[in-house]
Amino acid sequence: MTTTITVPLYRLAHSRTGDKGNRSNISVIAWHPALWDVLVEQVTEAAVAHQFAQRQPRKVTRYLLPQLQAMNIVLDDVLDGGVNDSLNLDSHGKALSYLLLDMPVTVPAHLAPHFGGPTA
Amino acid sequence: MANKADKKLLVGCAAGFSGDRTDAALPVVQALIASGQPAVLIFETLAERTLALAQLARRTDPDAGYEPLLVDLLRPVLAQCLAHGVRIVSNFGAANPQGAAHRIHALAAELGLRCPRIAVVKGDDLSGPEHRALLQDALGSAMPTEPIVSANAYIGAQAVADALRAGADIVVCGRVADPSLVLGPALAHYGWALDDWVRLARATMAGHLLECGAQVSGGYFADPGYKDVPGLAQLGYPIAEIDADGHCTITKPPGTGGCITERTVKEQLLYELHDPAAYLTPDVVADITTARVTTVGNDAVRLEGVQGHARPATLKVNVCFESGWFAEGEISYAGPRAEARARLAGEVLRERLQGLGPLRIDLIGVTSIFGDDTSRWLDASASDSRDTRDVRLRVALQHRDHASAQRLVREVTALYTCGPAGGGGVRTAMRPRLGTVSCLVPREAVAVRFEMVD
Repeated sequence: MTTTITVPLYRLAHSRTGDKGNRSNISVIAWHPALWDVLVEQVTEAAVAHQFAQRQPRKVTRYLLPQLQAMNIVLDDVLDGGVNDSLNLDSHGKALSYLLLDMPVTVPAHLAPHFGGPTA
Repeated sequence: MANKADKKLLVGCAAGFSGDRTDAALPVVQALIASGQPAVLIFETLAERTLALAQLARRTDPDAGYEPLLVDLLRPVLAQCLAHGVRIVSNFGAANPQGAAHRIHALAAELGLRCPRIAVVKGDDLSGPEHRALLQDALGSAMPTEPIVSANAYIGAQAVADALRAGADIVVCGRVADPSLVLGPALAHYGWALDDWVRLARATMAGHLLECGAQVSGGYFADPGYKDVPGLAQLGYPIAEIDADGHCTITKPPGTGGCITERTVKEQLLYELHDPAAYLTPDVVADITTARVTTVGNDAVRLEGVQGHARPATLKVNVCFESGWFAEGEISYAGPRAEARARLAGEVLRERLQGLGPLRIDLIGVTSIFGDDTSRWLDASASDSRDTRDVRLRVALQHRDHASAQRLVREVTALYTCGPAGGGGVRTAMRPRLGTVSCLVPREAVAVRFEMVD
């Protein structure tokens, strides 16, 4: 049996948020190609919707870019109307990549050497 | 004799938004000149609401309405660009490209330079009454009933390319799509057909990588311990070398801070993207699903493999309209039970401002960003330990009516004497709100052209 560990997504991927109107897009980019399959398995549309429950996205769509070991997550109607309408201090939702990166993911322990960030 | 198109085109980007650093251009221009290659400098200074703000500025001063930092951006580099044939392409014309052109002529005269040939790209501005029927048709029931402040079509690269071919030193645009600022020079340099979709798509994605300035060269990337970036205070802005097939290599001026890695390039490649198979621009539909990003040197990353499809039949139009008032206020609590006192102040404001519509309440230092405007998340966090000792309460609302919105400002201020103990540091703000709607109009309905300004 494979030993697994649960870690925040930021150990597996880096990320940037963009916005267009009331839609946010968040990239999820593997630190290492070996982590790509786990990302595809764990960072699903349902998992992202759950992580963003307090923002109540109308729809979550995931686009896969295996050649770049990256995915693009698109969240519809998640910005309280967008940059002109939102009352949020961060009306662009620029910080939302870090809400996603905090999501817990369960990973085979042997992948740990490929994690991003400080080495334990 | 070698054709000029035998040399690869360099495009440098020295601004990624209105408000970007104004000392970015000089190292970029110096690197462009040192290369000996044909070169263009772009400044991208428009965002979704910038044009509306520019229109409002023009209402109070008919000579205004272009990028407020225009002179600060150009003064350090205009002499060298003109002397070495580095052409300048920008959307810093905003709501008044003609006015920007006149200001650049005045700057050149002030600096004792030759008079630059300046082309102005026109046709994007649909805010005039003659375009109202077009907007009404396109928006239907979404047509704003409030006064329209700005309406601009995102126009493409063709007029930019035509202006450069006609000999412009500087091309001043309004709402040209950001990547078209790069595709235009590539079209002019390589003479690609306007339906050479694959090459257009590749150069468009080069433009996409450049359009946010330092966001591809180490800006907006650093995360200590995870993504370390050297020299953030002296970031080098990006330069794309675009080859005859449209592929590009992104670099930055030597001796500058920042970094260009596969990671910085991938983050920017996906920035503000929706479907990676269909990135819509006025010029082409780009497809990055087969794109490859490869390190080819120190701070040098190549983008290849982008595919392209026929451009959309329509152009996107953004319409901004007056939308009442935005009011916000803040007050701080610190020390023992600070969070409890801040929460109590929020409850007081909720009661005092009842009936004015949704009130957003944030506790900066506890939770202020990830929750939505309903403050549901804030309420949900109430069961936590409530022991944050340095908290800033922030509230915000919007209202059509100025006096109603102003009630928030007055109630936050009144917390000084009527609120919980020890509140201090009240700051308040009132701003006119802008609403935005967008629509698609037939390409033929937008008359795009360029004119040389003398």
